[in-house]
Amino acid sequence: MYDFSNITMWIHNLLMSFLPEWATLLIEFVLIGVAILALYCILALFLIYFERRVAGAFQCRLGPNRVGPFGIFQSIADMLKILIKELIYLKNIDHFLFNLAPFFVLVASMLTFACLPWGRGLQVINYDVGVFFMLAVSGLGIIGVLLAGWSSNSKYTVIGAMRAGAQMISYELSIGLSILTIVALSGSMSVTGIVDAQYDGWFLFKGHIPALIAFIIYLIAGSAEINRGPFDMAEAESELTAGYHTEYSGIHFGFYYLAEYLNLFIMGGIATTLFLGGWMPLHIPGWETFNTIMDYIPSIVWFLGKSIVVVWISMWFRWTFPRLRIDQLLKLEWKYLLPISLVNLAIMSVIVALGWHF
Amino acid sequence: MASIQEKISALIPEANFTEAQVLEISVPDAQWHKLAKALYEDANAPFDYLTTIVGMDWGETLGCVYYLESTKTGDRLSVRVETADRQNPTLHSVADIWESANFYEREVYDFFGIIFINHPDMRRLFLRRDWVGHPLRKDYDASPEVNPVRLHHEEAYDTTVSYVEQADGKIVKTEPVIFAPDDYVINIGPQHPSTHGVLRLRCSLDGEFIKKIDPYCGYIHRGIEKMSESLTYPQTLHFTDRLDYLSAMQNRHALCMCIEDAMQVEVPTRAQYIRTINDELMRISSHLLFWGTFCNDLGSTTALIYGFREREMVLDILEETTGARMSFHYNKIGGVMQDIHPDYQRKIKEFCKIMPERLKEYHRFFTGNVIAQGRMHGISVISKERCIAHSMTGPSGRASGWACDVRKRIPYALYDKVEFDEVLRTEGDIYARYMVRMDEILQSIRIIEQLVDNIPEGPVSEKMKPIIKLPEGHWFRQVEASRGAFGVYIESRGDKYPYRLKFNSPGMMLVASLDEVCRGGKIADLIAGGGSLDYVIPDIDR
Amino acid sequence: MQYEDFKDNESLEQLVEELNAAGTNVVVGVFDDIINWGRSNSVWPLAFATSCCGIEFMSVAAARHDMARFGFEVTRNSPRQADFLMVAGTIVHRMAPILKRVYDQLAEPKYVVATGACAVSGGPFRNSYHTVQGIDKIIPVDVFVPGCPPRPEAMLYGMMQLQRKIKVENFFGGVNRKQKREEFFKDKE
Repeated sequence: MYDFSNITMWIHNLLMSFLPEWATLLIEFVLIGVAILALYCILALFLIYFERRVAGAFQCRLGPNRVGPFGIFQSIADMLKILIKELIYLKNIDHFLFNLAPFFVLVASMLTFACLPWGRGLQVINYDVGVFFMLAVSGLGIIGVLLAGWSSNSKYTVIGAMRAGAQMISYELSIGLSILTIVALSGSMSVTGIVDAQYDGWFLFKGHIPALIAFIIYLIAGSAEINRGPFDMAEAESELTAGYHTEYSGIHFGFYYLAEYLNLFIMGGIATTLFLGGWMPLHIPGWETFNTIMDYIPSIVWFLGKSIVVVWISMWFRWTFPRLRIDQLLKLEWKYLLPISLVNLAIMSVIVALGWHF
Repeated sequence: MASIQEKISALIPEANFTEAQVLEISVPDAQWHKLAKALYEDANAPFDYLTTIVGMDWGETLGCVYYLESTKTGDRLSVRVETADRQNPTLHSVADIWESANFYEREVYDFFGIIFINHPDMRRLFLRRDWVGHPLRKDYDASPEVNPVRLHHEEAYDTTVSYVEQADGKIVKTEPVIFAPDDYVINIGPQHPSTHGVLRLRCSLDGEFIKKIDPYCGYIHRGIEKMSESLTYPQTLHFTDRLDYLSAMQNRHALCMCIEDAMQVEVPTRAQYIRTINDELMRISSHLLFWGTFCNDLGSTTALIYGFREREMVLDILEETTGARMSFHYNKIGGVMQDIHPDYQRKIKEFCKIMPERLKEYHRFFTGNVIAQGRMHGISVISKERCIAHSMTGPSGRASGWACDVRKRIPYALYDKVEFDEVLRTEGDIYARYMVRMDEILQSIRIIEQLVDNIPEGPVSEKMKPIIKLPEGHWFRQVEASRGAFGVYIESRGDKYPYRLKFNSPGMMLVASLDEVCRGGKIADLIAGGGSLDYVIPDIDR
Repeated sequence: MQYEDFKDNESLEQLVEELNAAGTNVVVGVFDDIINWGRSNSVWPLAFATSCCGIEFMSVAAARHDMARFGFEVTRNSPRQADFLMVAGTIVHRMAPILKRVYDQLAEPKYVVATGACAVSGGPFRNSYHTVQGIDKIIPVDVFVPGCPPRPEAMLYGMMQLQRKIKVENFFGGVNRKQKREEFFKDKE
């Protein structure tokens, strides 16, 4: 399996050879920033296109197919348009917070995005508490949503924001607990550590039933956390027109739109890292030839492929399920998911302590 | 009926009786409220269902015609009340007896300026508060200078007007409060994705809970009834397809039938067959659209597309024969416009084979879903008695157990010759209303299957005179449209134009009951509850 | 219909001529083309559906006609995020101020498609006391689609004419000339 750190080290050594250390670091920061931003945009655009095709397939439609071959440039056209659309200046609102809110959402998702392990040796930051950091920064997004709803000075947005706030804070608990289950299993909070621990088998298979339960809970809570159907109460088109971002136009709305899709990918990426072995290829004990062939597939392809499968599952239930009501949603979290997660964590601890896992 | 006549004349000696389509009673306004109470509380045949109130301008007098029905015995009668004062016309309100009179009387006030004493909420229903005049009066000034297009917004008032008669007979104007100053009032509509048209609701909220709903109509009020008064009878027909565009066939059927009744024209059997089949096809397409939009309201976008997929099949069948997708213009006085397309029967049979399979798919896809079940069961419940009080007919009434199907009560066309069940449920919640419609699709298919192979040969329409004139008199006919009993009232003075044409739409009562149905629920339940009532706004506003 | 017929639209040809009368800078022209490509391929409707035409508009979005193919995918319910107003149905006196407000709420560049006889001229209800006789009396209209209601194909045709119209606009100068904020509010008062 190719180790991407060869490339990064080569660039680092090259720069170090003729530049002082601070300049090298500066250039590297800029390079990484640009790379992340570019990847962020490309992925978001791809996911927008992907979602439309998936929706089309579910609804016996064709989906976009006129702009470029198979309509692949559709989302680029959308973004181009949104970029130069008017930003509406509203009266009687808190302008500072109104303009700040979209950036909270964007920055939160970007920081989480940067933590994902893309492939062997291809990771921006590798904290010892990487998972913890991911949870913390993804929580920032709530502030953006609440600020957007409140500062727009509209009753619809306030209701949308309050729903979103209640929902995201509640579901963060389940996400945290299901992640903790895996942390208990792997014994590490570092993202790289967790991926490396899955060398001989993905946690979904290694962790017995508790890992499976944690995976399902993570999928449900993750969907709820990013405000997508069937948990899209905050936007609930049929009730609140567009929820908390009703008053946003132009690129401000574009930020929400991009962040929504990127959060979807992040949800898939974290699920992949924690449960599906990250960038580790699929290995079946005993099938040596098969395993060798699998190793030839680059690690980044594994990561992207797995993430997109998880994303596809999320789209599947978005386009088939009706929406929950806000009280049903909170009941689901506090009365079912949270107790199950807690018990699940306890069971996992016992399994780990007794060494029953594979 | 004779016994009722005796009872009434014992109670009110001034009452006059006429036998026409139904027994007609004419009483002075002072006695009307007493009579209404007596009729409502009658031991043998309580007249508990107020079918409609027709506001009238008879020239010298203004007044109303009330059509009443007893749900117990099926007896029907009409009451005529008038007032000679054209400057400040007043009548006594019966809104305290029949809940549904509330909206009907507001409509009459809006169109004729008749003030109803003791009515709790005497606001205009369709027109703006600053509208000058009452348009359906014969002396209304229709010049555009009086009422230009106003581009400033209406103010939202939190109080209303009521004229209360005190014990000493004095009438006092009061201002009841709709929303208190500290209520959190949210405005839904008229431009909102899921009000099914341009309904406007002002709701006061307590967190997510709905405390009160105040519906506003008239955002698509097109003045059809006034326009009809200057059009010939065949010309008035084309409005019916645009009232409730999802029951275009049935609406037009109602008006044609009412005119045919008046002219005593016998419709050829072939035309009767075609009319009945088309009515049922229309009902299926409407219920399919209901399924799609209702599921969409609940957040299941894919269902909308599936519903439309099957609806297109129905539209294809109708399009081949009529030449249009929505405004069919197919029924005409004395029959139907053209003969059916050669493929008509074959395609219908194909459709009847596919549709039950697709319904099973719908149930697998949506009805059985645990989230959908949670959103529908036990929410927005209304009892049978309240349904009758609100005159909520159609599938919404039948979901509460009220057997109100006009096809069974007053059979028309071929409905007395075919076998079908009236789908009844007793729960009265969203799920019941949803399932009644789903099951009605199957019943409609059953009716069509019985008819489609037996369409007799013969002419498709009776030959009519080039100018159609109705004799003097008035007629009221009802059909079962896709969302309830649709009535047509015609008053003729022997002209080729109707003197007064009134459409009684089922949707208005559904909207009027929205407050009671959805109060106490959450915002999401309001959307689901409103969706399950399945009203169409142009039908209400006319 | 032949493709050539589709391209035949006199008022658009005239618009192109007017826009090109002064000549265009090459670089600016290229940028214009890119921007117009983006705008014309992503036109999000706001369905202002009041009656029958609204149902036909839903048919356009549904499986058989599928307007998503052309980039009309996202029907936004918030006017801030939509690109054009699909006025489908009769506009009556009571609705007129609301139509005006929704139009004002749309973010630039904004377009209006008047669908159906009622929105175009008042249609069968033209003689009524309560009907606005064509929405062009209230707001500017880009494309008129006649019919009662127009078939979904006709609606698609109208929407694609709007795309063509967007394609020939000039972003730099011309159509998009900026109005100063002070001037804008002065006009309003």
